[in-house]
This record gives sequence, structure tokens and C-alpha cells, in this order.
Amino acid sequence: MKLLIKSGRVIDPANNIDSVLDVLIENGKVACLQKEITSKADKIIDASAKIVIPGIVDMHVHLREPGREDKETVASGTQAALKGGVTSLLAMPNTCPAIDSSENAELLKGIIKKSAQCNVLISAAITKSRLGKEITDIAGLKKSGAIAITDDGASVDDEKIFLKALQKAAKEKILVIAHCEDKALSKNGVVNLGFISTKLGLRGISRESEYLRVERDIGLAQKAKAAIHIAHVSCKESVEIIAKAKKKGITVTCETAPHYFTLSEEDVVGYDTNMKINPPLRAKEDLAAIREGLRSGIIDAIASDHAPHTENEKDIEFDRAEFGKIGLESGLAVCVQELIGKQILDWPELVRKISLNPAKILGVDKGQLSVGQDADIIIIDPAREFILTKETIVSKSKNSPFLGRKVKGVVEYTILSGKIVYEEVCK
Amino acid sequence: MNKEIAWVRKDLLGLEDLSREEIELILATAESFKEVSSREIKKVPALRGKTVVNLFYEPSTRTRVSFEVAAKRLSADVINIATETSSVKKGETLVDTGMNIQALKADIIVMRHNYSGAAVMLARHLDISVVNAGDGWHEHPTQALLDMFTLKEKLGKIEGLNVSIVGDIAHSRVARSNIWGLTKLGAKVTVCAPEMLVPPGIEKMGARVTNDIEVALKNADAVNVLRMQFERDDENAFPQQLEYLKNFGITRERLFKAKKNILVMHPGPLNRGIEISSEVADGVNSVILEQVTNGIAVRMAVLFLVAQGRDKKNETLN
Amino acid sequence: MKEKAKVLDKEALNRSIVRIAHEILEKNKGTEDLCLVGIRNRGAYLAKRLAERITEIEKAKVPVGVLDITLYRDDLTLIAQQPVVHKTEIDFDISEKTVVLVDDVLYTGRTIRAAMDALIDLGRPKSVQLAVLIDRGHRELPIRADYAGKNIPTAKNETIEVRLSEVDGADEVVIIEKDE
Repeated sequence: MKLLIKSGRVIDPANNIDSVLDVLIENGKVACLQKEITSKADKIIDASAKIVIPGIVDMHVHLREPGREDKETVASGTQAALKGGVTSLLAMPNTCPAIDSSENAELLKGIIKKSAQCNVLISAAITKSRLGKEITDIAGLKKSGAIAITDDGASVDDEKIFLKALQKAAKEKILVIAHCEDKALSKNGVVNLGFISTKLGLRGISRESEYLRVERDIGLAQKAKAAIHIAHVSCKESVEIIAKAKKKGITVTCETAPHYFTLSEEDVVGYDTNMKINPPLRAKEDLAAIREGLRSGIIDAIASDHAPHTENEKDIEFDRAEFGKIGLESGLAVCVQELIGKQILDWPELVRKISLNPAKILGVDKGQLSVGQDADIIIIDPAREFILTKETIVSKSKNSPFLGRKVKGVVEYTILSGKIVYEEVCK
Repeated sequence: MNKEIAWVRKDLLGLEDLSREEIELILATAESFKEVSSREIKKVPALRGKTVVNLFYEPSTRTRVSFEVAAKRLSADVINIATETSSVKKGETLVDTGMNIQALKADIIVMRHNYSGAAVMLARHLDISVVNAGDGWHEHPTQALLDMFTLKEKLGKIEGLNVSIVGDIAHSRVARSNIWGLTKLGAKVTVCAPEMLVPPGIEKMGARVTNDIEVALKNADAVNVLRMQFERDDENAFPQQLEYLKNFGITRERLFKAKKNILVMHPGPLNRGIEISSEVADGVNSVILEQVTNGIAVRMAVLFLVAQGRDKKNETLN
Repeated sequence: MKEKAKVLDKEALNRSIVRIAHEILEKNKGTEDLCLVGIRNRGAYLAKRLAERITEIEKAKVPVGVLDITLYRDDLTLIAQQPVVHKTEIDFDISEKTVVLVDDVLYTGRTIRAAMDALIDLGRPKSVQLAVLIDRGHRELPIRADYAGKNIPTAKNETIEVRLSEVDGADEVVIIEKDE
């Protein structure tokens, strides 16, 4: 089986490629990148005026299975991923049960084997049931396939426990992903603390609740000599703290999500529960700081933090609604619209943030188009605009904060190990 | 007042959304309705055949009764739903409850809810009118309107008045609605509370902030004293009760230093001896009971106007 | 919309009011227990003018009130423009009085029906009479005027506009033809 992608603008930051090339895929691997490949192929895709990049590696996805199959399943979530150009994703362990034991990891692996449509990487919990009390069997979980540990959705409040977990992680050479939130400070908050929370009469979540925890976690990771990755950075001070740590040579990486450089607390006015996200949509100045962090390279990666919730959990009073929003299908288009469109990043830099860097941080052999690599490739029409509507969403849940928004950049093909697994229907 | 202005909203959710002209229209309409309550036969047929549902998720006798009296004086039929007696406790969602009330062919839902934004959300889902009778800490538009009506009635105008609001500003929907309404009509608003009870950014709503009760009372034409709900202090933000009276309570001694004719208002129910002394509550400056009377006229006006709201098909909120 | 004809000019309008004043006094044999209630908006001004004429003739004061009937209308949900509610201003007791309701134009009779409901909510008059400047026909309710300045048969696509100097800057009555 040979697949030939003709005349696309191929962008592969790992190999410093950004030029119009043909890509030949053979036996599921990248076989050749060249101008004018003439060899015969079973299928030829004309990609002229299109962009050809390594598939997106989304390092922050809640697939909800096992346990909350009403929100999302491995099957539906990975189907949504393919539509969004995501070929590999890291599944968060806050399922029911949580991925806090080898048995549960094996259970998840079974589901993945049966129904995953794209590469699903596994992360495990730091503590049992993510309660922050008892550290999980990190070595065993690693053996079962976990490539990172995180209590995402919660922070390990007890410093001693977290330090110990970091030390174990360092020993096992496994990445720790930190959800930075001091719940004692953010308690019962539902929206960024400030004028908007005051105006709407909603409890605020302070910025301190995030950045003080970022500071603590980086410090503890340094002490333990562990690799730490800060999830969903949302505020200015967090970016500053990470910048300082990087300057000092501390091993820390971080990600942000499309909503943090696109939306602000002002979008919560009207009590749209799809705007209820944790960490919350912050102030305009934070939005600017996130953009600057992406531009300067302080922020390494962009991940969706895809967090599906059913209508029943969202179409209720703001205080009672679940936190989170979906993002697998809209992520790339929002990046193109907001980052490329506003010249915050150019294409090679964007590909670095969405494909190459997440793969590097997770230590997986993805996110690049080197010869011999798995042919996980997406073809994008960068100029085409569309409006995101509920009807077009593949994910089981429809809680997108970008509904009705005009975005740019359509994934036309998603190729996984050399096979076309998604092709835009109504081209 | 601009006579051309027409009421087009199906709902009244808060004063933030309203224009100065819309607020003035409500107040002018309320003036006409006040006369109705002074008659022997306190009833007009304006809402005959209409059904008003009081949907109260929070106990509130006075607001509920005030709306009920208002609706009845307009000849509407009134149904009261309180959480204890409804399916709310069985876990029915707010939207489902609203849709059911709409299916009963009610015309107006008057809702009190403990969560901010609940009325906004309900109104977005329904074609029938929603009147916000208080949602969380967000807004309590009819309370602010009756406060403004009372000010206008007593002092002849609102433009240029100095109005101070004293108490738990952070958790007060009454404070928020008053700030929006009063500033739109040209009053100067000061909020006064202990540091912990001043919410961030409140000055961006147009209010001056002070932690000093003397400053708040100086030059004030009216002081609106908020109820201190000590029982609800889940954030340990409240000072001790006695300390509060000492530092922020409205007492006769404090009023001596204020303008002689300062109006003392309170949305009720009173915590005598905590935020206000009995002498002041019952004194010559107090207009607390007149507020109650005026509440009926204001609510009649609101019910009358939303019932005629011309944009029933359109959402008022985008 | 165009003006078809002027049916009353200033002098004619004034003569009609004087005549109605005389008729009211004649029918009620003086001003005892008599009061006038004008229906907002122009009926209120006409009532005031009638009272002045009556005082001139009889040298006696007649109480005058203003009635706002917005809340009693039967077409609140039909009319295009949101009506502005005004106050009813009747600062005397109408019980056991002879109340003369005053309006500018009598047409379907619905306004008068609403006015009678509003009036009866305020007390129990001995009798209610109706004075109008123009009766243009097309009644939809069993109501007739006790005093009419002028009967003007009209077509349905016409309207009568009574203009009074207090609000319109001139005293005149015209027929307006609506474009079909």
C-alpha cells in the first residue's frame, strides 16, 4: 500500500522542513520526502495549496471511559480526535475508576485495543483515587504502559506526599503532570476573581490559587530532580514563574489550551456554562500573557484539555454546572485563527507546539515526518473558514465554548500509520 | 422623561441591562399604579386572565407576598410554588420546571433563586416572561426599583443624590441592582463595608468604596442599610455581630452627624440591634414601611410592562 | 394618509362646547351633584373647557377629574404601541354624583365601556352620562352619547382627528383618509 501526497506545503520542524514537497508513504511509514516524486502509488492526494504536517499530539484529553461513557468513550473521543487532526493523545486518568492501579490500566488498555481510532497514550494517577493521600504503585503503572502520572482535576495538596511522589517518579523516569490549584484558595469558585465575578455575583477563583501552586510544584520537582509538566497554564503570573524557572535551568515544561489565548472572563457574561472552565477564563491581561508566552517559547505546548460533559450537566445553573469544555475538534482551527491569523506564531512554530513538543515532553516517537517514522500525517486547508456548530460535533458531548464562532483551517485528511482514517466528507 | 420610549422586553432580569429611559418608564408607570392601591377597590383588570407563577427556590415571605399582592391588584391569577412543595426536590432541572410552567400556559414567572444567573438562564429557555425576584448575589431589580421609587417620591429626584449602601456588599444582590440603577439615573453611590465584604472591582460598577461609616454617612441624602446574614457566612468573612454594630451599625448617634433629613432605607427583614438600631428603624428618618408600600406599585408596573413586552419571540440576552 | 375635510374650525368647535354645556345644565337642572370626568387625553381638556363654560353660565364650580383607562382596555394585547399608563386624577368622591364622562370622539364604544368600568371601581355614581365632541358611528357596543357636538358619518378607512390648542396648538376637527 503506497500513498502519495503531492505538492503540499510540508512543515516538519523536527527536520527543519518548510517547503512544497511530495510525501510518499509506504507500509505505514514515511518513505520519502522530495520534490516531484514520480513513483507509482495506490492513491494520490493532491495537496497543492494545502499544508501537510505531522499529526497533532494532544497531551491533555479526558476520554471519560471507563465509567462515564455517557459523556465520551474511547471510541467517540478518538473519532473526534481524528476529525480535529489529532493522531495521538494522552488520556487523563480521572476516570471511574481512576487509573490508579495496574489492573485499571490494563482495563483501559483493553478498551483502547478494542475501540481506539487513534493512538491513545495512558497516564496514571499519582495518588489512589486521586485523593492526594496514598501514592500509587508508580513502577507497576509504568510497566502497564503509563507514560506520565497526574491527579489532573486535583492537585496533591500535601507537600510531603507530593515530594515523595516526585522522587519516585524521578526514579522511574516518568513525567509528572501537575494540575496546579490550591483548593483552599479557589474553594467553591466558578469564575475568575475580579470585576466580572463581582458583577455576575459568582464566587471567584483567585489567580493565587493557581500560580502559588505552580511555584510550589516547580520547587518540589527541582528538589526531587523530577521532570514536571504544568498543565493548562491560564494566568500571567504562572507564565512568569515558569519563565524564571526555565531561566534558572530547571527542567519544567508547560502547556496552555486554545481557550486561554482566545477567550477571557468577559465571555462568561451571560452565564454560558460552556465558559465554565477550570482554571477559569482569566482577564484580558492574562490572555495577552499567554499569547506572549507562546510567542516567546516559555509555553511549550498547546493541548485541548478536552473535557466532555453531557447537556444535563451543563444546561443548569452556573454554580451547579460541571467545569470543562470539549476541544479536540476545534483546537487546530482556533490555533490557526487566533495564533497564525494574528501573527503570534508562524506555521512551523505552531506545529512545534501542537505536534513536536508534546511528543518530546511525553517521550514518544511522534510529531515528526522523518523517514521511517509512523506516517501520522494531517492535510489542512489553511485558508478555509467555517463556523463551529453543535450539529457538526462528533464528540458525544457538545459543550464547546466556541459554538457559533468563525474559525479557520480545515483538516481535510487524517492519516494514521499510512492509512486515511479521516477524510472530510463535504469538501 | 422621554415619552417615546416603549417597553419591549419580555423579561426583567436586572438593572444592568436597562437604559436610563427604561428605568424611568418603570418608575413613572409605578407612580400611576400607586394611585390604584389608594382606592377603595384596589384592583384594575389590566392583567385579567393572565397567570403569574411565583417560583421561589429560596424562602422569602416579603418579596413573594409583595409580588402576589401586585399581581392580584392587576387581576392576574397567582400560583405560588415553593421548593418544599414541588418536584424541585426530586431533582427536576430548573429548565424542566420552567418548561412545565410554560406548558401550563402561565404568562409570567417571578423567580427567586439562590444561584446567580438562574433567571437569565431560565429566560433564555422560555418564551414566557421571567421576572427576577433575586438571583444569588447577582441582582434584585424590583428591590432596587422600589428603593429608587421611594427616593424619588421623598426627595423629588434621583439625579445628583448621594446614596450610601452599607453592609455586606459582597453577597448582596440588592447592592448590585441599586448601584446599576442609581448610577444610570445620575446618583452618586457610595458602598461601605468591612474590607472583607467589599467585592473586587465594585468601583468599576460606578460606586465609591469606603470602609468608614462616618465617610459613608457624611453628605448622604439617603442610606440603604443591608441585612447582615450572619448565618450564611461560609467564608468567615464577617466580623462579630457586636463589633459590626459598633463599627457599621446605623445608630441615632451616627445619624446626628449626618444630614438632618437623611432617608434611612432597609430592604428587610430587619436585624434590629445589629445593622440598625431600633430607634433609627422606627425613627423619623426611616422610610422602611413606605418602601414596602411602594414595592407593590413598582411590581405592578413591572408585571404590567413585561406582560405587554413586545419581543416575546426574541431573546433579550445575547 | 391625507386630510380629507375640516369638519369644525375654531369657532364651530367652541360653539359646540357652549351648546353641550347648556344641554348638560338643562338636562340636569343645574349643577347640583354634577361633576365632569374627562377621558385621557383630549377628553380631559374638553372636560375642563366644559366646566369653565358651565361656571360662566351658572356661576357655580363643577368638580372636574381625569380618568386614565389604559388598565381597563380590552385590546391591550392587540395594539401595536405599548401604552403609557398615566394616573387617574379624581380628587372628589363620585358616589351619588351625576358623572358626565367626556371624550373627544365616540366610535366603537369600547373606550366608554372601559371608562365606565374604571369609574365604577372608584365609587357608585347616581348616574353616568356621556358627552362627546364628535360621534362618528360604527358602534360595536350598545352605547350612545347623551350630548354630541356633531354627528359625522364616516367610512371605516377614515379617522377623525380632534385637535385642541392645549396639545395640538390649534382648535379644529378634521377627517383623515387612510391609504389603502
